[in-house]
Amino acid sequence: MAPIVPRSGDAVFANVERVNAELFTLTYGAIVRQLLTDLEEVEEVNKQLDQMGYNIGIRLIDEFLAKSNVSRCVDFKETAEVIAKVGFKMFLGVSASVTNWDADGMSCSLILEDNPLVDFVELPDTCQGLYYCNVLSGVIRGALEMVSMKTEVTWVRDMLRGDDAYELKVKLLKQVSEEYPYKDDE
Amino acid sequence: MASTACFIIVSKNDIPIYEAEVGSAAKKEDAAHQHQFILHAALDIVQDLAWTTSAMFLKAVDRFNDLVVSVYVTAGHTRLMLLHDSHNEDGIKSFFQEVHELYVKILLNPLYLPGSRITSSHFDTKVRALARKYL
Repeated sequence: MAPIVPRSGDAVFANVERVNAELFTLTYGAIVRQLLTDLEEVEEVNKQLDQMGYNIGIRLIDEFLAKSNVSRCVDFKETAEVIAKVGFKMFLGVSASVTNWDADGMSCSLILEDNPLVDFVELPDTCQGLYYCNVLSGVIRGALEMVSMKTEVTWVRDMLRGDDAYELKVKLLKQVSEEYPYKDDE
Repeated sequence: MASTACFIIVSKNDIPIYEAEVGSAAKKEDAAHQHQFILHAALDIVQDLAWTTSAMFLKAVDRFNDLVVSVYVTAGHTRLMLLHDSHNEDGIKSFFQEVHELYVKILLNPLYLPGSRITSSHFDTKVRALARKYL
């Protein structure tokens, strides 16, 4: 019997271990703060956050698949829905909505109304240009790469920059077919 | 609303990190300097007084002519100081408590370095609104 696809991540979220939201927010804040001190350039910090997110994503996908009971997605549309409704709920406790599909279904926007990473945060003038939540885009990119989808994830709207929501644009570049890492005759 | 009121926040290292003239009287350049001077002079008294009581709100610690200095010392020894000519003690206390709350929010911002100048315009607007409401 095929596992039942959960409609949302609520059930999973209720069962996973959680930490205090403020502890989480302030820990992430401390990381960003330290990166800003160490790397000095805002651009470099964005890059580093993305890389950290990627490293998280390639590991997190396993945990996600193990605990969430989602079955194989038939297309990218379903993938996006699962990320928004199950993935975000499971790991961040909020769910996103998926909109702005382009004609051929290759790119869409994930919109977050609420984002626990940014509680208390206000961007000072010295940090303009910083994508504070850039770790999220890295996580999605890393996680999708592990399930053979090359994607490009960019921020479109950011509340810290005065927009009304958080919007991540996820673009599917190509689907890599699964390959064995070794040849038969080796 | 009080005709004269000057509000400053002094960090625990004795550096002013926020200043605002919140009185309704017309702004005068030399008055602002005088206000700073009076508040600065009051710091010594605050230092002595702060350890004699467990209360955070120190009422009228110092006066200069008709101007009175009230101070609120946070747990981290940041001092919120208000120079005023009104005698609305309850209002001042509420003002301090609400500004304290705002200050804690500023401190929780990971991108704010404790002890540095508060540049947030949001904070500034909120403080001025509170001053209009309570003083």
